[in-house]
Amino acid sequence: MTTSMVGMRSKILWSVVGWLVVFVFFFPVLWMWLEGFKTEPQAASSPPTILFVPTLSEFQEVLSGDFPPFFINSAIASIASTLLVLVFGLPAAYALAIRPVKKSRDVLFFFISTRFLPFAASLVPLYLLARDLQLLDNILALILIYTTINLPLGVWLLRSFLLEIPPDLFEAARVDGAGFRHEILRIVVPLITPGLAATSLICLIFSWNEFFYAVNLTSSVAATAPLFLVSFISGRGLFYAKLAAAATLASLPVLLAGWIAQKQLIRGLTMGAVK
Amino acid sequence: MLTIYYSFFNWNLLKPGSFHFSGLDNYSALLTNESIRTAVLNTVVLTVAVIALSVVLGLAIASLLNSEVFGKGFMRTLMIAPFLIMPTAGALIWKDTLLNPIFGLLPYLLTPFGLGRVDWVNQYPMVTVVVVEVWRWTPFMMLIILAGLQSQNPEILEAARVDGASALQAFRRITLPLVRPFIELGALLGSLFVVQTFDSIYMLTFGGPGEDTTNLPFLLYIVAFQGFSIGQASAIGVVAVIITIIVATLALRTLFSIFQVEARR
Repeated sequence: MTTSMVGMRSKILWSVVGWLVVFVFFFPVLWMWLEGFKTEPQAASSPPTILFVPTLSEFQEVLSGDFPPFFINSAIASIASTLLVLVFGLPAAYALAIRPVKKSRDVLFFFISTRFLPFAASLVPLYLLARDLQLLDNILALILIYTTINLPLGVWLLRSFLLEIPPDLFEAARVDGAGFRHEILRIVVPLITPGLAATSLICLIFSWNEFFYAVNLTSSVAATAPLFLVSFISGRGLFYAKLAAAATLASLPVLLAGWIAQKQLIRGLTMGAVK
Repeated sequence: MLTIYYSFFNWNLLKPGSFHFSGLDNYSALLTNESIRTAVLNTVVLTVAVIALSVVLGLAIASLLNSEVFGKGFMRTLMIAPFLIMPTAGALIWKDTLLNPIFGLLPYLLTPFGLGRVDWVNQYPMVTVVVVEVWRWTPFMMLIILAGLQSQNPEILEAARVDGASALQAFRRITLPLVRPFIELGALLGSLFVVQTFDSIYMLTFGGPGEDTTNLPFLLYIVAFQGFSIGQASAIGVVAVIITIIVATLALRTLFSIFQVEARR
């Protein structure tokens, strides 16, 4: 038996093991999709229905029902807060990376320490603040909170990307007489497009999936997609197919974004430390 | 330096709350309150169990995906799905379609093993929460550890093999020390998130039965928004901050050591 044959055998063996493990982890997601395409009796049958004719009826019902406003609120909150993070985060990251101010390192620490503060600790003051400002059940409150949660992460990430730009580039541009605006628009922005993508992705994931503040600070008008799912836990009878369809739709944007931008995901999750 | 910043921040953040007029009473209550001790214990058990299991699984899966297997890229794509799925949605799917004692898939599959019709959520609430959270955090650990594995120079492993090291020896002596900072980083960042677990507890068990799965964030939610005692809730928040500071300080150190290693390259 040659070495390549041994190599081939172990490759097949490990591939089988690997695929089994991956299947186990992916299965709940797959099952969620399958349940969404069933009818209610099929979804709530014992033994579980494995073979069935897929139907879109539950998706249609969810989309024509009261789900869309929740979805739109989620979209508004996450997109607006992500844009705000980029708007505020880029100048801060620039100041920390390209033109370090005094004590940059301390500022950096301070930024990130705010991200590590438990949500639970800040809920009470934020709730009272929102109540006093009449921002309870207002999407603006969520936008502001998500911006503050994600801003430190955004600054760290953008900084890690800015540090990769060779300083000579700025020198050359300045020698050529480029102004500050020119420097930002022509050099910084094109070079850190992947950085902007990574930052947006992470902000979107965290704000889209966020539940703790959403459940405590909103009730009906500004409620986001996760809150729609809460209505299913009160045991309103057997609505498994509808539940699965709603869960699929609510998870779809982040799932797709994460899959498309897989490379940026690791870097974003580790705040730029791991490439 | 870091601690000063933290302490500054705690003070700053609680100032607009009811911290002032609550005085020290809340803190003395904290020390004697049964619920809070249970919640601290539950938080620690949940975090330690989830992080330990997901790191071990994450390391194993990352090693698999780093070796010669078919369809690595696709495997990784499918693996990260649990992390991306909305936590509330994931928890609901587990509870209602997978674990439900009558209609769920798992009790059905386990019937031949004599484990059918087990009401997982109610009979083993903590196990259920841990399983769902491990399912969610293993992909996260895997991604970070995989990045670490991919950063190692394959020639060194090759050289070790030529020198007669077995695969296990090579893994323990060469690979493991190399990915250690990545494992630490994953574990620490992960625990910062897992300490805050709220979504899955809310959806799966609502802290119950009794207080069996009530962790600190959930207790705070109950005290503040079901009991409306804002002062008490703030005090619980401070306990959560203290626990987090300990973990966060370690996390930041690891983060910076990785940054420095990267910079040296």
